[in-house]
Amino acid sequence: MKVTVAVNGTYYTREVEPRLLLSDFLRHELGLTGTHVGCEHGVCGACTVLVDGQAVRSCLTFAVQMDGAAVTTVEGLTPAEGELHPLQEAFREAHGLQCGFCTAGFLMTLVPYLAEHPNPSEAEIREALSGNICRCTGYQNIVKAVQLAAAKGGGR
Amino acid sequence: MSVDVRERRGEGAEAARSRGALIGQSPRRLEDARLLTGRGLFVDDVQRPDMLHAAVVRSPHAHARIQGIDVSAALALPGVVAVYTAADLGHLNGPFSVLIPHDDLQHGRGLSALAVEKVRHVGEAVALVVASDRYIAEDAADMVAVEYEPLPAAVGLEAAVAPDAPLVHDGVPSNVAGHYVRNVGDYEAVRRQAHLILKERFRVDRGAASPMETRGVVAIPEGRGLTMYVSTQAPVALRAWLAAWFDLPEMELRLIAPDVGGGFGPKVMMMYPEEVLVPFAAMRLKRPVKWIEDRREHFVATTHEREQVHDVEVVVGADGTLLGLKTNFLYDSGAYSPYGIQIPIISATTLPGPYRLRNYSVEFRAVYTNTPTVAVYRGAGRPHGVFVMERMMDRIAEALGLAPMEVRRRNFIQPDQFPWDTGLIYQDWAPCKYDSGDYPALADRLERMLVGVADEVAQARAAGRLVGVGMGFYVEGAGPGPYEGVRVRVEPSGKVQVATGVGTQGQSHFTTLAQVVAGELGVALDQVHVVTGDTAAMGWGIGTFASRAAVLVGNAAYLAAQAVAEKARTVAAALLECTPSEVELRGGRAWVGGPAGAGEPAGAGGSAPAGARETVRSLPLGEVARRANPLRGTLAFGEPGLEATKFFSPQQSTFPSGAHAAVVEVDRGTGFAKVLRYFVVHDCGTMINPMVVEGQIHGGVAQGLGGALLEKLVFDEEGQLLTTTFADYLLPLATDIPAIETDHITTTSPLNPLGIKGAGEAGVIPCHAVVAAALEDALREWQVRISEMPINPCRIWELMQR
Repeated sequence: MKVTVAVNGTYYTREVEPRLLLSDFLRHELGLTGTHVGCEHGVCGACTVLVDGQAVRSCLTFAVQMDGAAVTTVEGLTPAEGELHPLQEAFREAHGLQCGFCTAGFLMTLVPYLAEHPNPSEAEIREALSGNICRCTGYQNIVKAVQLAAAKGGGR
Repeated sequence: MSVDVRERRGEGAEAARSRGALIGQSPRRLEDARLLTGRGLFVDDVQRPDMLHAAVVRSPHAHARIQGIDVSAALALPGVVAVYTAADLGHLNGPFSVLIPHDDLQHGRGLSALAVEKVRHVGEAVALVVASDRYIAEDAADMVAVEYEPLPAAVGLEAAVAPDAPLVHDGVPSNVAGHYVRNVGDYEAVRRQAHLILKERFRVDRGAASPMETRGVVAIPEGRGLTMYVSTQAPVALRAWLAAWFDLPEMELRLIAPDVGGGFGPKVMMMYPEEVLVPFAAMRLKRPVKWIEDRREHFVATTHEREQVHDVEVVVGADGTLLGLKTNFLYDSGAYSPYGIQIPIISATTLPGPYRLRNYSVEFRAVYTNTPTVAVYRGAGRPHGVFVMERMMDRIAEALGLAPMEVRRRNFIQPDQFPWDTGLIYQDWAPCKYDSGDYPALADRLERMLVGVADEVAQARAAGRLVGVGMGFYVEGAGPGPYEGVRVRVEPSGKVQVATGVGTQGQSHFTTLAQVVAGELGVALDQVHVVTGDTAAMGWGIGTFASRAAVLVGNAAYLAAQAVAEKARTVAAALLECTPSEVELRGGRAWVGGPAGAGEPAGAGGSAPAGARETVRSLPLGEVARRANPLRGTLAFGEPGLEATKFFSPQQSTFPSGAHAAVVEVDRGTGFAKVLRYFVVHDCGTMINPMVVEGQIHGGVAQGLGGALLEKLVFDEEGQLLTTTFADYLLPLATDIPAIETDHITTTSPLNPLGIKGAGEAGVIPCHAVVAAALEDALREWQVRISEMPINPCRIWELMQR
């Protein structure tokens, strides 16, 4: 099937199998390997991307469903080479990542969340993160990173 | 966080303090920009245009005889390139040798690439399918027809050693792989004088490390040989083994552990079947082949840990002195024993903890069962030893009417008693002899953190809430040898290359090793470029496990950087016409004649410090390196360039220690336990980067709390694993883990130049014991006994019905 999708502002038209997952499409068809696949059953959140601004699990989404949609991956967060999104900067500042495998999923979950909740409490942040699994950090420094980003203007 | 540097035996910290101004600081990580922007390179990110994709056909039975395998339907599927069974591999199929043999491992059994005749656990590899894409490979894997004759399975530790148990391996009587007996002092003699004898049975069940990245192997035929990308914790050791296995010159097999998405132990394991199958297929087909484990596979194809059952007895004096302890335990090895009896040896040798235990009797049997193979998982046997000892400390306290902390204080090894020899041999075949520590100071710090907590708990209880407090202490053997090495080289650009053979899985080596080297060479941190886990960059090494990278690689980096600095001073002295001792390395330059402590130049290319005398002269470090590697003439300074490779090989392990406490609340209606507060006091000797150490502790505690309250691999009586998704096997979420409150003391290790003891596993080790004690306290009106871990809400609720 033919699918036309805007990914990080660039239009791509590809002929794909109906069963091709969005995660595999992004990673293997488009070479955008910043989106990672942790469980392929929708629990861990590592594969989260934005579809028309909403956080979506790309491992539970077929590429063909994306026809006409705008997808943003972690590669699309960075304004230019060498620069970091404020949320990425906060993750670095707070040591909010160790191995870095789950990180893209956390970032893509948090970008729309912080846009809607510019001043979340710690409990609200933890609730917002509870659909993403990190096995390295114990979440503490991720929470700190979100607080830092929020303090600096909602991570936008 | 506060850091209290108190030196017990302390030449180590002196080196750390006087030399590397960067050691002990917490700069932001050098690896983060890459990882945060999606520019990391994990195994599944490796792409090649003509790459083939593999899927593994796995056993659906825990124990069965293979009657036949029909691959014809799979082979006929368009896109399928090959299907391999054990027969195709011939002698390359194995069985592989037992990685760590031991005299007390009487019946070691290694894995094979693909099952021959029998399968011994659900998920055992039976065939490999290679196809043009992953989807087709998985379709074809389902079409491989394997005829099985199911056999009764040995499942559960006690059942597997019962007289009528099915045998996992022919020729291994009673399924006992190994039997180990050790005695320190005379337990039976001290038992006869006992004031008090307490007995209990403790059980720890199975868990899975569950790194967010599953395993993966890519093999690419290139030039005369093969380049492999593997999500392994031991790249150099794996290359050496694979090159020998395939009879390749090591130079023709380059193995890279790229960014690895968490390890936690299971990715050390050698050799996983896929590590042989994928290069085999790539060489056979002369095309790149990729295999990426899916999460469901991961639950049955990657190693597990933690199942042990202990029968314990302690002998106690009237004042609460621990006079002796005896344990007899069973350890579940799963279907094979690639790690031999390392894990139960670690349990046996961790059990004495921070206490003066002079009469200790320990016996275990390592048992085969028809379940996935067991190997190390963060902590690797240590949590079991701590669980047993700390639970018994609580029992002694209760029996004698003493406070839990008071019993522990009465039994602590004192600060002037180091080195303390436990009388045992540790897993590294060296004495289990504690290098340094200050356990009363840990207790003091923990008590200070707990000020006010008793009142909080009392108020909560007065309001009818089920809240309790528990604590636990531990000493862990860490940083075992035999060695690691580091090569440091100054490039003509002034950039410094640091190469180590260990892989990295999030431990921040790109930053911490750079800190060690930058301090010695006087260069900016971001001028230091660390290469890990690439056999082409460093061909010697063991791996990242057992909290050993900072201890071994950190010290090797320190020694190599010192050697390079010395040579830089020698070369610079000749060029600047002074003596080497007059040369100072700072700001990326070699200086002579500067006033001591003069201001730093603006940058690597900066001019002389402001206000310096005319005699001040300097050269960029890169220029010094270039002059040591001339294009004409002769080498005036020994070997070319500014480069040194140094190895660090410790005589024995280090012994970090710590004390944890938790406040836990149980929901009266559901039995759900929530950790409200968690406290850690930690001593890992010198910290290269406290921020990184804290991060390691946070992550370790989260895994420990998951392992105590949520994570349990459940098998049915036929050996089927029932928990094969993250919806069944529950990992802790941000809502499950409280903010962890930490404090540190520092007793440096006398065993290495920097005084480091290692920190990777610390967080996880006492969690079982701490949570059990807190739950008992919270549920005191039921007088429950928590002697099993993990313990989920259903089980807690059951205990509350009595």
